[in-house]
Amino acid sequence: MRVDEHIVEIVSDSGEGAQKAGQTFGQISAKMGNGVWTVEIIPAEIKPPARSRAGASGIRVRLGSRYVTNMGDEADVVVAMNEQVLFGRIEQGAYKPGTVILLESKWADDPLVEIREQYAKALGEFREQGFIVHELPLEKKFVEIAPEAKVGKNMFVLGMLCHIYGRDLDRAMDEVNAVFARKSEKVREVNRALVRAGYDYAAGHLDLQFEVPPIASREPWVVMNGNQAVGLGVMASGMEVVAMYPITPATSASHYLGGVFQNVGGCLHQAEDEIAAVGFAIGASYAGKTACTITSGPGLALKTEFIGLAAMSEIPLVVVVVQRGGPSTGLPTKVEQGELLASLHASPGDAPKIVVAAATIEECYHFMILARQMAETFRTPVLVLTDANLATGVQPFNRPAIGPEILAPPIDQSPWPDGKPPYDWDEETGLSARPIPGQRGGEYVLTGLAHTRWSKVAYDPHSNQKGCDMRSRKLAAVQRTLVPPQVHGDPEGDLLVVGWGSTLGSIEEAVDRLRGEGHAVSSLHLRFLSPLEPGLTPIFKRFRKVMTVEINYSDKPDAPLTTPENRRRSQLARILRERTLVNVDCWSVIPGQPLPPGQIADVLRGHLEAMRGEEAPCSA
Amino acid sequence: MFGLGEECILDIPDRYFTLENYEGGVARWCPACGDHAVLAAVQRICRDEQLPPEKVMAVSGIGCSSRFPHYMHAYGFHGLHGRALPVACGIKARRPDLHMWVATGDGDCCSIGAGHWIHAVRYNMDMTLMVFDNAVYGLTKKQTSPTSPRGMATNTHPRGAWLPPLDMIQATLGFTNASFVARTVDWNPLHLYQTLEAAYHHKGLSFVQILQRCPTYTADVFLEAQQHPDRVLLMKHENGVKVDDAVGRIYKNQIEHDPANLHEGRELAEQRERIAIGLFYRNPDAPRYEDYTAQGMEMDTAAKLQALEHEMDRFAI
Repeated sequence: MRVDEHIVEIVSDSGEGAQKAGQTFGQISAKMGNGVWTVEIIPAEIKPPARSRAGASGIRVRLGSRYVTNMGDEADVVVAMNEQVLFGRIEQGAYKPGTVILLESKWADDPLVEIREQYAKALGEFREQGFIVHELPLEKKFVEIAPEAKVGKNMFVLGMLCHIYGRDLDRAMDEVNAVFARKSEKVREVNRALVRAGYDYAAGHLDLQFEVPPIASREPWVVMNGNQAVGLGVMASGMEVVAMYPITPATSASHYLGGVFQNVGGCLHQAEDEIAAVGFAIGASYAGKTACTITSGPGLALKTEFIGLAAMSEIPLVVVVVQRGGPSTGLPTKVEQGELLASLHASPGDAPKIVVAAATIEECYHFMILARQMAETFRTPVLVLTDANLATGVQPFNRPAIGPEILAPPIDQSPWPDGKPPYDWDEETGLSARPIPGQRGGEYVLTGLAHTRWSKVAYDPHSNQKGCDMRSRKLAAVQRTLVPPQVHGDPEGDLLVVGWGSTLGSIEEAVDRLRGEGHAVSSLHLRFLSPLEPGLTPIFKRFRKVMTVEINYSDKPDAPLTTPENRRRSQLARILRERTLVNVDCWSVIPGQPLPPGQIADVLRGHLEAMRGEEAPCSA
Repeated sequence: MFGLGEECILDIPDRYFTLENYEGGVARWCPACGDHAVLAAVQRICRDEQLPPEKVMAVSGIGCSSRFPHYMHAYGFHGLHGRALPVACGIKARRPDLHMWVATGDGDCCSIGAGHWIHAVRYNMDMTLMVFDNAVYGLTKKQTSPTSPRGMATNTHPRGAWLPPLDMIQATLGFTNASFVARTVDWNPLHLYQTLEAAYHHKGLSFVQILQRCPTYTADVFLEAQQHPDRVLLMKHENGVKVDDAVGRIYKNQIEHDPANLHEGRELAEQRERIAIGLFYRNPDAPRYEDYTAQGMEMDTAAKLQALEHEMDRFAI
């Protein structure tokens, strides 16, 4: 059966290799020309109990015959290794009547009566809800090849999916070899055999086949996850030092760099803590080439004093913040967009800095190069916000061009011009060149204390004002280089939805769906948060109502004790209201997972219908 | 000229540096503050070693100690309280050509900066770490420091500091990969100079505790040692801090101590009868982290681009 797209999930207990199987399936599909978007389903603990609702570990792969931009709504086909892990997914609305579930059936004959009963009960409930459940004795089959039950399942499942979706078996074998490249040939042999066994099993026992045609023609692609894209972007930009401290979900970017950074002459430093990491990066930047530190929300909190120093002393620095669920330790493996305000404000006093947010995995790569360039040109820290969704999701994109022009230039050691101050501020732009240690005649003492253009400590009102003016002016200079954002949909209408970060694909799909239903709704997605992209006020004024959709906390407008005056709105909404003076509303939730387009569409439809009966735009 | 071989011609360098070349701002420390002596010693060493000022790097945290870079004509980094060491390590990581002096204090290094202190010693990057130990927080006006003696009255403990003081030499001797651990005093300029000179020449992190007079807040804390030289135990060895005759005449209590002997170094640090000065321990073979961080610095653009394309190929479909 030919379909435009399909959403596949593999769900199991933790440690059963569901993610690896799904990633590999995604890679194979991408290599066969499908658009792909993957989302990992991760429990927060390393080893949660088996057969538990909260312990569900797995992956969702959405493949399509066009470019896929988000995780979609309900799944079409699910492979589950036990029935308990499905309950959590069902609760989250991940399935619908008609979803096909291929369920491991060995629990029906389990020696323990409780397990047999749980299984039978669950089966009944699933069928009642309209899911099409196929009970399959999978373990019996793959144990023939890999006697250790836990080890074989994921590759067997991969084989099954390859048949169901008509994947090229040779390509599948190549991928399997790549996945197990660091293991022995014996291991690869067993896994290839498992894939083939799963493939043959599906061919012989399942009347289930879907064809998702490839995208017609396209440029050369690469496929990777957002953290790999960050690492690759660091390397392509010519940065040579990355300092980090392990923090979920940022660490895998450093794992990736740990393996390959030395191939381009770079150095990964694991510091003793987050503060040491950013200090080390600033030292490296100060001494020559812009350096980078990679962290998440709690790490950003620790780094804010040093980031403030970098802003005050105008040292280039790139900080990658892979956002996760907050507040405090929060939800380490889950997505949230909670660090926007902290990125803008959290240092002492006024410390203007550039903040950008990647909306796709492709942008995770390109923004690293942009960040390095801006940090150097404007002598400022640049914060690049991504999130757990981008970090672990996999998506193909156009293979980027590499060239010497995007690499960082060599360290300048020519003599510093006589009489030129270390902060030779251009009166209009606030820009200045900086002396690098080793440049004869450029000797100066960098300080975080208030200082003159000669970097001499100065406590007088005039010097303090001047310094702050110049550092703020640089943001105005950046802003003047930007163009207004593109509106997705008509330039005017009833409702404008504004988003940032990884919600891009979901918001646009929701908007497209509603436009298909005849609604006058458009969307706009910001990449620059500091400075904010220009031209927003006139764009906003062409709509009856403007609202943001975000994954962070806001009070519901109708919550007890809540009024428009005391309502705590979501982070981007606050910034937009301050900047444009438009009464920007917001809708946000903190489910710890990406927003499916269907959910966004329902919310927007509700707002649009509420507006129908009103004269004026509704108040927030 | 006739018959003059090349080797006879005087090699006059293009640049010759005098003490003035290393003078930055006028030092604003209190008169009689021991910090002046440290500054003078470092400037003399730079002059004696003829270090180009643009290659001298002074990194500090916050405190009276950390004003140091402002008074040197060199590249300086006056950073955050407790955070001199990560910055110094980051600078050194890809700039082994810079001569690194780190100025910190008993609070900056051993209190807020303690985590970095432990790990910087372990990284053992080539730098001289000078802890200006005046046993008090001076710049912020007399709070207790980790090294304040018990019973010393301060503004945070008007009835006297409650806890026994931290011993930074014993602590550092216990850190993995420590490679140079010394103590000196600011009021004996010859010993101060020789200690810092030895520290400069040691390849690795040279940890130097400098007992430093603070005439404003802790005028009495080292008075005993200043006025009674027999309270001091001078460590001597051909591999230790050089002892000038003048120093040997003042400090009559001397001990032959081979700095390679860690166990003996620890015993000398632990004993309380006298204040041991000199070199407690040296290990010239301790691994230095810049051997790891500086790898690949020489790689040329063509090689980088090729490696990048190759890496991109791995993700290509």
